[in-house]
Amino acid sequence: MEDTLSFVLGILPYLLEGVYITLEISIISFVMGFVLASLLTPTRLFARPPLSWIARVYIEGFRGTPLLVQLFVIYFGLPAIGFKFDALTAGIIALGLNSAAYQAEILRSSIKAIPEGQFLAAESLGMSTAQIYRYVVLPQAVRTAVPALVNEFVTLIKESSLVSVIGVVELTRRGEYVVAYTFRALEVYLAVALIYFVLCAIFSQTARVAERKFRIPGYERGGA
Amino acid sequence: MDALIVKELRAGYDGHEVLKGISLRVARGEKVVIMGPSGSGKSTLLKCIVRLVEPWSGEIIIDGIKVTGKGIDIRKVRARTGFVFQSFNLFPHMTVLRNVTLPLEVVKKMPRELAVKKAMEVLRAVGMEEYADRYPLQLSGGQQQRVAIARALAMDPVLLLLDEPTSALDPELREEVLEVLRAIAKRGMSMLIVTHEVDFAEDAADRVVFMEGGVIVEEGEPETVLRNPRKERTRRFLRSVLKRYGL
Repeated sequence: MEDTLSFVLGILPYLLEGVYITLEISIISFVMGFVLASLLTPTRLFARPPLSWIARVYIEGFRGTPLLVQLFVIYFGLPAIGFKFDALTAGIIALGLNSAAYQAEILRSSIKAIPEGQFLAAESLGMSTAQIYRYVVLPQAVRTAVPALVNEFVTLIKESSLVSVIGVVELTRRGEYVVAYTFRALEVYLAVALIYFVLCAIFSQTARVAERKFRIPGYERGGA
Repeated sequence: MDALIVKELRAGYDGHEVLKGISLRVARGEKVVIMGPSGSGKSTLLKCIVRLVEPWSGEIIIDGIKVTGKGIDIRKVRARTGFVFQSFNLFPHMTVLRNVTLPLEVVKKMPRELAVKKAMEVLRAVGMEEYADRYPLQLSGGQQQRVAIARALAMDPVLLLLDEPTSALDPELREEVLEVLRAIAKRGMSMLIVTHEVDFAEDAADRVVFMEGGVIVEEGEPETVLRNPRKERTRRFLRSVLKRYGL
């Protein structure tokens, strides 16, 4: 037991260095996903065909295929048509494109969740569609979306471990290295899992605090 | 000039006709109450007037301005027409004050200070000025509806449309809203009100219109329509309403 503890403490600094890359991958791909989703959602909701279809095919395509396969297509497949990326870039692109599809769905359902009465009231006051979205719909939709978006970010932190298979030296890959040297797979991978768990817990908790802070006053008592 | 003229209005949803040729007039300053069983098209009629529901055919004229037809800037018409919904529909993420100032600022392009001044004026008129900094969901239903009325009044409408303004409220909250509506009616506002409140119709309305099945069955002075209706259908409806409200 004591041996296990000192072993884990011994490898911890080496593993923690991987956290930096893990966070870098997760944050960049999340932001990339959000920017893309902010384009995909209005395109899907308001653009005319065929543009709206393209957005839809994109979203369904990325949601309907395994992330690992998407990663392989980008890293191993795209060089065949002249797009060659290093492992880290390929990993970020794959996660970013994939997350965009999920974030677009989150944004779309948050907008759809706004009661029709809100649109009617704003229209009845003479507001334009742009004004209705800017002042009435989006501020409410964002509040609805935040918990789901944080959840998506936490999912990204966990899914970023997949890029270890194409050789990006992030947290999981570092774990693999330690196992290769020490053969103590159980302790090492449990330590790796624990680090992921703590990371995710920190972000989820922060999100809960933020959510409470931005909640619509009076909402907790129920109502419209 | 009339505040509202509706001629031969037809409308519906998904090919199902709800309004089957409605003609109606509201003179300036006149208070007209529409009654009728649910599904009779009362709410659709109000929504059609400001084209929240697109009419199929017919003509609508608000304060001399044609609302139906091509090339109409419907937003201009809506900015001059107040609409109060059964479910209040306040914007929950804004304070009471902001609910009232937002349309003044973005639709009427009023400077902030003027909008605030105007908003406080109408909030005072409905007895809600103390709640200016509260959020809608912190208020009772009756208070929310009074704010919604203030929001509509702030736009200085030429016509106020009210779609069952007390139907979503508990009986003890109805009276405070009706009180506010009576006060507004006294000040000469042109109003078209869908409601089941017989007492209110009797003492506030100049005219009562009874609708069923997408047509106007009977209309006239409140005493006639409410106390001594000519049509059997009106009589039956009133009996059921009076029974429901224990009057």
